[in-house]
Amino acid sequence: MENQFSQERKGSEVIVVTSGKGGVGKTTTSANVGTGLAKLGKKVCLIDTDIGLRNLDVVMGLENRIVYNLVDVVEGNCRVKQALIRDKRHPGLYLMPSAQTRDKSAVTPGQMIKVIEHLKEQFDYIILDCPAGIEQGFQNAIAGADRALVVTTPEVSAIRDADRIIGLLEANGFKQMDLIINRLRMDMVKRGDMMSAQDVVDILAIPLIGIIPDDENVVIATNQGEPLVGCDSPAGQAYANVVQRVEGREVPFLNFEKSISFWTKVTGIFHKL
Amino acid sequence: MRHFFRRKSSCQIAKDRLKILLISDRVNCSPEMMELIKTDIAKVISKYMKIDSENMEIQINTKGSKAGRAAKPSLCANIPIVDVTMPELKSQEAMRL
Repeated sequence: MENQFSQERKGSEVIVVTSGKGGVGKTTTSANVGTGLAKLGKKVCLIDTDIGLRNLDVVMGLENRIVYNLVDVVEGNCRVKQALIRDKRHPGLYLMPSAQTRDKSAVTPGQMIKVIEHLKEQFDYIILDCPAGIEQGFQNAIAGADRALVVTTPEVSAIRDADRIIGLLEANGFKQMDLIINRLRMDMVKRGDMMSAQDVVDILAIPLIGIIPDDENVVIATNQGEPLVGCDSPAGQAYANVVQRVEGREVPFLNFEKSISFWTKVTGIFHKL
Repeated sequence: MRHFFRRKSSCQIAKDRLKILLISDRVNCSPEMMELIKTDIAKVISKYMKIDSENMEIQINTKGSKAGRAAKPSLCANIPIVDVTMPELKSQEAMRL
Protein backbone atom coordinates (compact mmCIF):
# COMPACT_ATOMS: atom_id res chain seq x y z
CA MET A 1 0.00 0.00 0.00
CA GLU A 2 2.76 2.40 0.94
CA ASN A 3 4.48 3.02 -2.36
CA GLN A 4 1.82 2.05 -4.80
CA PHE A 5 0.63 5.53 -5.67
CA SER A 6 3.33 7.74 -4.33
CA GLN A 7 5.12 8.31 -7.62
CA GLU A 8 2.39 10.11 -9.55
CA ARG A 9 0.88 12.06 -6.67
CA LYS A 10 1.21 15.80 -6.45
CA GLY A 11 0.96 15.94 -2.67
CA SER A 12 -1.98 15.34 -0.44
CA GLU A 13 -4.63 17.70 0.76
CA VAL A 14 -5.93 17.68 4.31
CA ILE A 15 -9.50 18.93 4.60
CA VAL A 16 -11.42 19.46 7.82
CA VAL A 17 -15.22 19.36 7.70
CA THR A 18 -16.55 21.59 10.45
CA SER A 19 -19.63 23.60 11.43
CA GLY A 20 -19.67 24.65 15.06
CA LYS A 21 -23.26 23.60 15.57
CA GLY A 22 -24.12 19.92 15.84
CA GLY A 23 -26.51 18.08 13.58
CA VAL A 24 -26.06 20.19 10.45
CA GLY A 25 -24.46 17.41 8.41
CA LYS A 26 -20.70 17.32 9.05
CA THR A 27 -20.51 13.56 9.21
CA THR A 28 -22.80 13.07 6.20
CA THR A 29 -20.71 15.57 4.26
CA SER A 30 -17.43 13.92 5.28
CA ALA A 31 -18.74 10.51 4.25
CA ASN A 32 -20.09 11.71 0.91
CA VAL A 33 -17.14 13.89 -0.08
CA GLY A 34 -14.70 11.13 0.92
CA THR A 35 -16.61 8.44 -0.95
CA GLY A 36 -17.05 10.72 -3.96
CA LEU A 37 -13.31 11.41 -4.17
CA ALA A 38 -12.61 7.67 -3.88
CA LYS A 39 -15.05 7.05 -6.73
CA LEU A 40 -12.90 9.38 -8.83
CA GLY A 41 -9.99 7.06 -8.16
CA LYS A 42 -8.33 9.07 -5.41
CA LYS A 43 -6.78 7.55 -2.34
CA VAL A 44 -8.83 8.92 0.54
CA CYS A 45 -8.52 8.56 4.29
CA LEU A 46 -11.47 9.63 6.41
CA ILE A 47 -10.64 10.37 10.03
CA ASP A 48 -13.34 10.59 12.67
CA THR A 49 -12.03 13.06 15.25
CA ASP A 50 -15.13 13.03 17.42
CA ILE A 51 -13.72 11.06 20.34
CA GLY A 52 -16.45 9.64 22.57
CA LEU A 53 -19.23 10.21 20.05
CA ARG A 54 -18.05 8.47 16.93
CA ASN A 55 -20.51 8.29 14.07
CA LEU A 56 -18.66 8.34 10.80
CA ASP A 57 -18.25 4.55 11.02
CA VAL A 58 -22.01 3.96 11.08
CA VAL A 59 -22.71 6.47 8.33
CA MET A 60 -20.12 4.65 6.22
CA GLY A 61 -21.51 1.25 7.22
CA LEU A 62 -18.16 0.11 8.61
CA GLU A 63 -19.06 -0.12 12.29
CA ASN A 64 -18.63 -3.90 12.46
CA ARG A 65 -15.07 -3.84 11.29
CA ILE A 66 -13.43 -1.65 13.90
CA VAL A 67 -10.52 -3.21 15.77
CA TYR A 68 -8.22 -0.32 16.60
CA ASN A 69 -8.97 3.39 16.63
CA LEU A 70 -7.39 6.84 16.57
CA VAL A 71 -6.62 6.81 20.30
CA ASP A 72 -4.89 3.42 19.97
CA VAL A 73 -2.69 4.90 17.26
CA VAL A 74 -1.86 7.97 19.31
CA GLU A 75 -1.09 5.92 22.42
CA GLY A 76 1.07 3.52 20.43
CA ASN A 77 -1.12 0.44 20.95
CA CYS A 78 -1.05 -0.23 17.23
CA ARG A 79 0.47 1.01 14.01
CA VAL A 80 -1.38 3.58 11.89
CA LYS A 81 -1.98 0.98 9.20
CA GLN A 82 -3.68 -1.39 11.63
CA ALA A 83 -6.30 1.16 12.59
CA LEU A 84 -7.29 1.91 8.99
CA ILE A 85 -10.43 0.15 7.79
CA ARG A 86 -10.57 -0.42 4.06
CA ASP A 87 -13.96 0.18 2.47
CA LYS A 88 -14.37 -2.83 0.21
CA ARG A 89 -16.95 -1.09 -2.00
CA HIS A 90 -14.52 1.62 -3.10
CA PRO A 91 -10.86 0.93 -3.75
CA GLY A 92 -8.68 3.58 -2.17
CA LEU A 93 -11.15 4.54 0.57
CA TYR A 94 -10.07 4.07 4.17
CA LEU A 95 -11.54 5.06 7.54
CA MET A 96 -9.71 5.77 10.74
CA PRO A 97 -12.42 5.43 13.40
CA SER A 98 -12.53 7.35 16.63
CA ALA A 99 -12.63 5.86 20.14
CA GLN A 100 -16.04 5.51 21.70
CA THR A 101 -15.02 4.96 25.31
CA ARG A 102 -12.65 7.89 25.72
CA ASP A 103 -12.99 11.68 25.67
CA LYS A 104 -11.51 14.61 23.79
CA SER A 105 -8.51 14.96 26.09
CA ALA A 106 -7.16 11.57 24.94
CA VAL A 107 -5.61 13.25 21.89
CA THR A 108 -3.67 16.50 21.53
CA PRO A 109 -3.32 18.71 18.43
CA GLY A 110 0.37 17.81 18.25
CA GLN A 111 -0.43 14.10 18.13
CA MET A 112 -3.02 14.68 15.42
CA ILE A 113 -0.45 16.49 13.27
CA LYS A 114 1.92 13.55 13.67
CA VAL A 115 -0.69 11.01 12.57
CA ILE A 116 -1.70 13.18 9.61
CA GLU A 117 1.91 13.66 8.52
CA HIS A 118 2.26 9.90 8.48
CA LEU A 119 -0.95 9.42 6.46
CA LYS A 120 0.00 12.15 3.97
CA GLU A 121 2.61 9.82 2.52
CA GLN A 122 -0.07 7.38 1.41
CA PHE A 123 -3.18 9.38 0.59
CA ASP A 124 -4.32 12.03 -1.88
CA TYR A 125 -6.96 13.33 0.48
CA ILE A 126 -7.29 13.19 4.22
CA ILE A 127 -10.73 14.25 5.39
CA LEU A 128 -11.28 15.05 9.04
CA ASP A 129 -14.77 14.88 10.47
CA CYS A 130 -14.76 17.53 13.19
CA PRO A 131 -16.89 17.29 16.35
CA ALA A 132 -19.42 20.00 17.19
CA GLY A 133 -18.26 22.80 19.42
CA ILE A 134 -15.09 24.86 19.63
CA GLU A 135 -13.22 23.05 22.40
CA GLN A 136 -10.33 20.65 22.21
CA GLY A 137 -12.04 18.32 19.75
CA PHE A 138 -12.23 21.20 17.29
CA GLN A 139 -8.61 22.18 17.98
CA ASN A 140 -7.53 18.57 17.35
CA ALA A 141 -9.45 18.38 14.09
CA ILE A 142 -8.12 21.61 12.61
CA ALA A 143 -4.53 21.18 13.80
CA GLY A 144 -3.25 19.24 10.81
CA ALA A 145 -5.64 20.55 8.16
CA ASP A 146 -4.81 23.00 5.41
CA ARG A 147 -8.28 23.72 4.12
CA ALA A 148 -11.78 23.63 5.56
CA LEU A 149 -15.29 22.87 4.43
CA VAL A 150 -17.71 24.81 6.62
CA VAL A 151 -21.14 23.17 6.72
CA THR A 152 -24.21 25.14 7.67
CA THR A 153 -27.97 25.01 7.22
CA PRO A 154 -30.02 28.10 6.31
CA GLU A 155 -30.99 28.66 9.96
CA VAL A 156 -30.07 31.48 12.27
CA SER A 157 -28.39 29.27 14.89
CA ALA A 158 -26.29 27.29 12.39
CA ILE A 159 -25.21 30.44 10.54
CA ARG A 160 -24.22 32.17 13.74
CA ASP A 161 -22.07 29.20 14.76
CA ALA A 162 -20.59 28.94 11.27
CA ASP A 163 -19.60 32.60 11.46
CA ARG A 164 -17.83 31.98 14.75
CA ILE A 165 -16.06 28.94 13.28
CA ILE A 166 -14.91 30.95 10.26
CA GLY A 167 -13.49 33.55 12.62
CA LEU A 168 -11.63 30.86 14.56
CA LEU A 169 -10.31 29.22 11.39
CA GLU A 170 -9.04 32.58 10.17
CA ALA A 171 -7.37 33.16 13.51
CA ASN A 172 -5.68 29.78 13.08
CA GLY A 173 -4.26 30.79 9.73
CA PHE A 174 -6.65 29.01 7.36
CA LYS A 175 -6.50 30.49 3.88
CA GLN A 176 -8.95 28.23 2.08
CA MET A 177 -12.43 27.89 3.56
CA ASP A 178 -15.42 26.89 1.50
CA LEU A 179 -19.07 26.89 2.43
CA ILE A 180 -21.55 24.04 2.07
CA ILE A 181 -25.17 24.96 2.61
CA ASN A 182 -27.03 21.85 3.66
CA ARG A 183 -30.74 21.02 3.78
CA LEU A 184 -31.92 23.86 1.60
CA ARG A 185 -35.61 23.76 0.80
CA MET A 186 -36.41 25.60 -2.41
CA ASP A 187 -40.15 25.62 -1.72
CA MET A 188 -39.56 27.46 1.57
CA VAL A 189 -37.06 29.86 -0.03
CA LYS A 190 -39.65 30.71 -2.67
CA ARG A 191 -42.25 31.39 0.00
CA GLY A 192 -39.81 33.70 1.76
CA ASP A 193 -39.60 31.42 4.78
CA MET A 194 -36.01 30.30 4.37
CA MET A 195 -32.83 32.17 3.61
CA SER A 196 -31.58 31.48 0.11
CA ALA A 197 -28.07 30.24 -0.61
CA GLN A 198 -27.17 33.76 -1.73
CA ASP A 199 -28.42 35.22 1.54
CA VAL A 200 -26.22 32.83 3.51
CA VAL A 201 -23.19 33.53 1.31
CA ASP A 202 -23.73 37.28 1.72
CA ILE A 203 -23.71 36.91 5.49
CA LEU A 204 -20.78 34.51 5.87
CA ALA A 205 -18.68 35.98 3.03
CA ILE A 206 -16.68 32.86 2.12
CA PRO A 207 -16.77 31.06 -1.25
CA LEU A 208 -19.65 28.66 -1.80
CA ILE A 209 -18.66 25.12 -2.76
CA GLY A 210 -21.98 23.32 -2.51
CA ILE A 211 -25.71 23.57 -2.00
CA ILE A 212 -27.27 20.34 -0.76
CA PRO A 213 -31.05 20.22 -1.01
CA ASP A 214 -33.10 18.72 1.80
CA ASP A 215 -33.51 15.16 0.61
CA GLU A 216 -35.08 12.18 2.36
CA ASN A 217 -32.67 9.92 0.50
CA VAL A 218 -29.94 11.11 2.87
CA VAL A 219 -31.80 9.47 5.76
CA ILE A 220 -32.35 6.32 3.71
CA ALA A 221 -28.66 6.21 2.75
CA THR A 222 -27.61 6.66 6.38
CA ASN A 223 -29.99 3.85 7.39
CA GLN A 224 -28.27 1.61 4.90
CA GLY A 225 -24.75 2.75 5.73
CA GLU A 226 -23.93 3.68 2.15
CA PRO A 227 -23.17 7.32 1.21
CA LEU A 228 -25.42 8.51 -1.63
CA VAL A 229 -22.89 10.63 -3.50
CA GLY A 230 -23.40 10.26 -7.23
CA CYS A 231 -26.77 8.52 -6.84
CA ASP A 232 -29.74 9.67 -8.81
CA SER A 233 -31.19 11.86 -6.06
CA PRO A 234 -30.94 15.62 -5.57
CA ALA A 235 -28.53 15.37 -2.63
CA GLY A 236 -26.49 12.65 -4.37
CA GLN A 237 -26.02 14.87 -7.41
CA ALA A 238 -25.25 17.90 -5.29
CA TYR A 239 -22.56 16.00 -3.36
CA ALA A 240 -21.07 14.72 -6.63
CA ASN A 241 -20.73 18.36 -7.71
CA VAL A 242 -19.11 19.30 -4.39
CA VAL A 243 -16.53 16.57 -5.00
CA GLN A 244 -15.78 18.01 -8.45
CA ARG A 245 -15.34 21.47 -6.97
CA VAL A 246 -13.09 20.13 -4.19
CA GLU A 247 -10.95 18.75 -7.00
CA GLY A 248 -10.81 22.26 -8.45
CA ARG A 249 -13.18 21.83 -11.37
CA GLU A 250 -15.84 24.42 -12.04
CA VAL A 251 -19.33 22.96 -12.04
CA PRO A 252 -22.50 25.03 -12.28
CA PHE A 253 -24.84 24.90 -9.30
CA LEU A 254 -27.88 22.67 -9.67
CA ASN A 255 -31.30 24.13 -10.06
CA PHE A 256 -33.48 22.43 -7.48
CA GLU A 257 -36.75 24.01 -8.44
CA LYS A 258 -39.16 21.24 -9.13
CA SER A 259 -41.48 21.75 -12.03
CA ILE A 260 -44.75 22.53 -10.34
CA SER A 261 -47.80 21.31 -12.15
CA PHE A 262 -50.81 23.46 -12.85
CA TRP A 263 -52.90 21.42 -10.43
CA THR A 264 -50.55 21.86 -7.45
CA LYS A 265 -50.50 25.58 -8.18
CA VAL A 266 -54.30 25.70 -8.01
CA THR A 267 -54.48 23.66 -4.80
CA GLY A 268 -51.60 25.74 -3.46
CA ILE A 269 -53.67 28.89 -3.79
CA PHE A 270 -56.48 27.29 -1.82
CA HIS A 271 -54.05 26.17 0.89
CA LYS A 272 -52.93 29.73 1.34
CA LEU A 273 -56.44 31.04 1.79
CA MET B 1 -54.93 34.25 4.37
CA ARG B 2 -52.29 35.34 6.85
CA HIS B 3 -49.81 35.44 3.98
CA PHE B 4 -51.47 38.58 2.69
CA PHE B 5 -51.23 40.42 5.95
CA ARG B 6 -47.80 39.33 7.07
CA ARG B 7 -45.59 42.35 6.54
CA LYS B 8 -42.14 40.84 6.69
CA SER B 9 -41.16 37.39 5.50
CA SER B 10 -39.54 35.16 8.12
CA CYS B 11 -36.50 35.01 5.85
CA GLN B 12 -36.12 38.78 6.06
CA ILE B 13 -36.55 38.68 9.83
CA ALA B 14 -33.82 36.04 10.08
CA LYS B 15 -31.48 38.11 7.93
CA ASP B 16 -32.09 41.26 9.95
CA ARG B 17 -31.54 39.43 13.22
CA LEU B 18 -28.37 37.78 12.00
CA LYS B 19 -26.99 41.06 10.73
CA ILE B 20 -27.15 42.61 14.17
CA LEU B 21 -26.20 39.42 16.01
CA LEU B 22 -23.09 38.75 13.97
CA ILE B 23 -21.84 42.30 14.29
CA SER B 24 -21.79 42.02 18.06
CA ASP B 25 -20.41 38.45 17.85
CA ARG B 26 -17.57 39.53 15.60
CA VAL B 27 -16.65 42.67 17.49
CA ASN B 28 -17.28 41.03 20.83
CA CYS B 29 -19.61 43.87 21.69
CA SER B 30 -22.93 43.08 23.32
CA PRO B 31 -26.26 44.59 22.20
CA GLU B 32 -26.56 46.21 25.63
CA MET B 33 -23.27 48.00 25.12
CA MET B 34 -24.42 49.14 21.66
CA GLU B 35 -27.54 50.53 23.27
CA LEU B 36 -25.47 52.42 25.85
CA ILE B 37 -23.23 53.85 23.14
CA LYS B 38 -26.32 54.91 21.24
CA THR B 39 -27.89 56.77 24.16
CA ASP B 40 -24.61 58.47 24.97
CA ILE B 41 -24.11 59.65 21.40
CA ALA B 42 -27.69 60.91 21.34
CA LYS B 43 -27.06 62.82 24.56
CA VAL B 44 -23.97 64.54 23.18
CA ILE B 45 -25.46 65.44 19.81
CA SER B 46 -28.66 66.78 21.30
CA LYS B 47 -26.59 69.40 23.11
CA TYR B 48 -26.02 71.03 19.72
CA MET B 49 -28.99 70.17 17.56
CA LYS B 50 -32.43 68.71 17.82
CA ILE B 51 -32.32 65.08 16.77
CA ASP B 52 -34.84 62.31 16.41
CA SER B 53 -33.30 59.94 18.94
CA GLU B 54 -36.13 57.44 18.49
CA ASN B 55 -35.12 56.74 14.93
CA MET B 56 -31.37 56.96 15.20
CA GLU B 57 -29.36 53.87 14.32
CA ILE B 58 -25.85 52.86 15.12
CA GLN B 59 -24.04 49.95 13.54
CA ILE B 60 -20.59 48.49 13.43
CA ASN B 61 -19.81 48.01 9.77
CA THR B 62 -16.85 46.70 7.92
CA LYS B 63 -15.88 48.48 4.75
CA GLY B 64 -15.74 46.32 1.66
CA SER B 65 -18.10 43.41 1.14
CA LYS B 66 -15.73 40.52 0.43
CA ALA B 67 -13.03 40.70 3.05
CA GLY B 68 -15.62 41.28 5.74
CA ARG B 69 -13.61 39.92 8.61
CA ALA B 70 -10.22 41.15 7.49
CA ALA B 71 -11.31 44.76 7.18
CA LYS B 72 -11.24 47.04 10.19
CA PRO B 73 -14.70 47.65 11.61
CA SER B 74 -16.07 51.16 11.90
CA LEU B 75 -18.92 52.59 13.89
CA CYS B 76 -21.59 54.23 11.78
CA ALA B 77 -24.31 56.35 13.27
CA ASN B 78 -27.35 57.46 11.35
CA ILE B 79 -28.91 60.30 13.28
CA PRO B 80 -31.96 62.05 11.82
CA ILE B 81 -31.81 65.77 12.51
CA VAL B 82 -35.10 67.48 13.26
CA ASP B 83 -33.80 71.03 13.51
CA VAL B 84 -30.26 72.26 12.88
CA THR B 85 -30.77 75.77 14.07
CA MET B 86 -30.82 75.66 17.82
CA PRO B 87 -32.09 79.00 19.12
CA GLU B 88 -30.50 78.60 22.57
CA LEU B 89 -27.13 77.80 21.15
CA LYS B 90 -27.31 80.78 18.83
CA SER B 91 -28.15 83.14 21.62
CA GLN B 92 -25.37 81.64 23.73
CA GLU B 93 -22.97 82.11 20.93
CA ALA B 94 -24.11 85.65 20.40
CA MET B 95 -23.55 86.38 24.07
CA ARG B 96 -20.07 84.94 23.94
CA LEU B 97 -19.25 87.16 20.99
